[in-house]
Amino acid sequence: MTDSYITPDGRTIGGVLMDMRGITLRFGGVEAIKNISFDIREGEIRAIIGPNGAGKSSMLNVISGFYHPQDGEVWFRGAKRPSMRPYDVARQGIARTFQNIALFEGMSVLDNIMCGRLTHMKTGIFSQAIWHGAAQREEVENREAVERIIDFLEIQAIRKTPVGRLPYGLKKRVELARALAAEPKLLLLDEPMAGMNVEEKEDMSRFILDVNDEFGTTIALIEHDMGVVMDLSDRVVVMDYGRKIGDGTPDEVRGNQEVIDAYLGVAHD
Amino acid sequence: MFYREAGDFKTSYEADSQTFPIKFDRYRFWAVLAVAYLVIPFIINDYWANAILVPFLIYTIAAIGLNILTGYCGQVSLGTGGFMAVGAYAMYKLMTSFPDVSVVIHVILAGGITAVVGAAFGLPSLRIKGFYLAVATLAAQFFLVWLFNKVAWFYNYSASGQINAPERFVGGIAVTGPNTDAWAKYMICLVFVTVCAIIARNLTRGTMGRKWMAIRDMDIAAEIIGVNPLQAKLTAFAVSSFFIGISGALFFSVYLGAVEVGEAFGIQKSFLVLFMVIIGGLGSIFGSFAGAGFLVLLPVALKVIGVDLLGWPTDIVAHLQLVIIGALIMFFLIKEPHGLAQFWRIAKEKLRLWPFPY
Amino acid sequence: MSADFLYGIEVILNGLMAGVLYALVALGFVLIFKASGIFNYAQGVMALFAALTLVGIMEGQVPFSHMINAIFGTEIHHFGWHVPALLAIFLTLCVMVAFAWAVQKFVFRHLVGQEPIILFMATIGLAYFLEGMGDLMWGSDIKTLKVGLPQGGSRWIEDMTSGLGGDDFYGFFIDKLDMVATVVAAILVMSLIAFAQYSKQGRAMRAVADDHQAALSVGISLNFIWVLVWSLAGLVALVAGVMWGAKSGVQFSLSLIALKALPVLMLGGFTSIPGAIVGGLIIGVGEKLFEYTIGGMIGGATENWFAYVLALIFLVFRPQGLFGEKIIERV
Repeated sequence: MTDSYITPDGRTIGGVLMDMRGITLRFGGVEAIKNISFDIREGEIRAIIGPNGAGKSSMLNVISGFYHPQDGEVWFRGAKRPSMRPYDVARQGIARTFQNIALFEGMSVLDNIMCGRLTHMKTGIFSQAIWHGAAQREEVENREAVERIIDFLEIQAIRKTPVGRLPYGLKKRVELARALAAEPKLLLLDEPMAGMNVEEKEDMSRFILDVNDEFGTTIALIEHDMGVVMDLSDRVVVMDYGRKIGDGTPDEVRGNQEVIDAYLGVAHD
Repeated sequence: MFYREAGDFKTSYEADSQTFPIKFDRYRFWAVLAVAYLVIPFIINDYWANAILVPFLIYTIAAIGLNILTGYCGQVSLGTGGFMAVGAYAMYKLMTSFPDVSVVIHVILAGGITAVVGAAFGLPSLRIKGFYLAVATLAAQFFLVWLFNKVAWFYNYSASGQINAPERFVGGIAVTGPNTDAWAKYMICLVFVTVCAIIARNLTRGTMGRKWMAIRDMDIAAEIIGVNPLQAKLTAFAVSSFFIGISGALFFSVYLGAVEVGEAFGIQKSFLVLFMVIIGGLGSIFGSFAGAGFLVLLPVALKVIGVDLLGWPTDIVAHLQLVIIGALIMFFLIKEPHGLAQFWRIAKEKLRLWPFPY
Repeated sequence: MSADFLYGIEVILNGLMAGVLYALVALGFVLIFKASGIFNYAQGVMALFAALTLVGIMEGQVPFSHMINAIFGTEIHHFGWHVPALLAIFLTLCVMVAFAWAVQKFVFRHLVGQEPIILFMATIGLAYFLEGMGDLMWGSDIKTLKVGLPQGGSRWIEDMTSGLGGDDFYGFFIDKLDMVATVVAAILVMSLIAFAQYSKQGRAMRAVADDHQAALSVGISLNFIWVLVWSLAGLVALVAGVMWGAKSGVQFSLSLIALKALPVLMLGGFTSIPGAIVGGLIIGVGEKLFEYTIGGMIGGATENWFAYVLALIFLVFRPQGLFGEKIIERV
């Protein structure tokens, strides 16, 4: 099961990229995550689903390094990850979007997406103070990378707009662009479809599939829309009250009685 | 119709990220520089230099510094006076200990020393945020003023506790000391402002500026996408203090010639520079110029109107100055929290479309 | 018991009393901050203005007399009457309430929802404005405030305690005014706490402090509560102004009280009434003890900065202060 294989639609799923082993996370007296283990394989689209309050966002925060679990280990690319600050986690190649949009409202769309390139931009402060030369060259190179993403997500018209002025759907797209700009190994999406209408969801689904297909990016996403989850993902993890109650392909999970009771429900005739 | 962007397309990313993308702006900028460097030095007199231009230039440097820390990086600091004091006293010690080294080097070194001190006092910003941080910077302010008052080494054990700038020359022309010409004072400050503004502009439009603004806007998200908050905040404190230190060094050596730390660099100074930044516009280099100009000109204008024109006694005018400045500050904060820079931006936007309304 | 040790106790007692006064001033800040999220830098200047107005009313001064004389060449200074202390206090209180109303209507109503630093800057602007106004209205010379409060050291206490320490010790020197100030401040603090906890308006105040929108939705008038809060702050300012003014004369340095309250609030947390009290006491005692023990060795006058450094060190370990609400950051 840890060897790579080819999916029916021609994508390659590789070995285990991220492995969460026995994660337990507590806030004071509340246990938000209770001894959960699951893995994410390279190149796949992994969905994390479950009712509100199940601990899904907390799990993403553990992966990002923002929360530190009291128990358990995180293994990334075959090595145990020591407790590290979120910015070091970002440098390892993990990027994400947020449930309540976390864009930098004081900056333009372009600047926000350029922020995604920060882990790739290395010139020192003295070079930047002079600007001409190394700093300007690096800026132009990274600008080119960012423009490719702007083209990909079709947001050329708004690149100089201050982010605060954008409608919700566009903000979500800009946030996705910022995460993509980092060229991550693992992309975490926290409810990317929240608040969208059917057309917007179709656009976003198409973008997510394209990202996975063209760039080979591994994606883990939290999502409530079951149609989206079942269509997009290769495997699904189901959480409820901090415990894992289901783990497998969409079909396997759809038939799991515990999952049906806790979350999916039954169609009424 | 003369302020157009239509037809002015940028064909490279370099051109797109330049400071003045609109041609008219660029020409205006060069014109201002030409007047500043080529015209004013020949027509300036003592009054204009000492009352208006020299303090304007010096405060602009301080405002740029504080703007970087507070406007771009979002770390509110009320310690500006104390850091200017560091610059001034560093300058004094350097001038008196190494009299053969050029004054220009001393100013830069004074800035560097202030940068280190600023970074040290910036360490609490990693744990303390927002308003609490502003109050914590007051610890720096009060402690530094006390330090320069009490530790006699700083003022070379002089009996008065005051520090005096010895006469120094650049290229044979006096820039400090009582015999300095008005235009010499003006020029040395002008050169420093130009260089500082260019550096500040470069830093804020690149990676560093984006890191700072990310921390300002949402520091948790910033950390998650890869910004090291320690590095970003300490750099902001260091760069900001570098500029503020230069400003303090020039304030002491070129502008006043002699200072007593309590009066010159007390908390009122910190508030003054913060007002310049806020009225001028947070997060804007132009705003630093505008704010400094406004707050240097206003008391002068009020005094001219009140004392010279209307003949009122100076203490009444001084009280009125407080009333009017206080009222103006509240007015600006209500009407345009983004300061004069925003007024300017809106005016330019309207000008772009003129004579059409939209 | 040695004389030194007993002097140390005296320092502590004086520190406690200074601390009560700090706590009182800090309370004014907490009230406004809790209800509106504004840190009112002008609180100290309000105390100065209140004291100036009180003296002005008591002595029958004509407001703006200096300015009127300068512009019109007249020579008026006083109305010629003297107003008894209690009536004057009541009238000053009315002035402070009018001030609270004006500040709310013309300034802070228009700044709802702005960031804390903008609000803080507005209060600094207000402080400058009020300071200039106070000077214009009543003149900037130092005034003595005579409201009938006892002054000078308490001989009774000195005599009672002189036997404790042997020949070198002359008894505790405790200023009577300080004792009165402590008692008044304590009463005021307890009344404010009682008001906030048990009265209908106090409950409304706490609701506004928690959530403006929610308070509006249950029918609480934000404007009324804010005027109330600023008036209470004005009352606290008046009391503080009277106490400090009686002690050291009504002068500009009174307005620097705001700066002293800041470390108190940092320690105690900006939103906590008990925090303001505990913080005030800690700073009051800490300052005096530090100056007494170590201050002499490093040049003295450490009271200028010690409170801040103490609060700063404290904040590094506990960023929300002793009693402040813990800042939970979520993404």
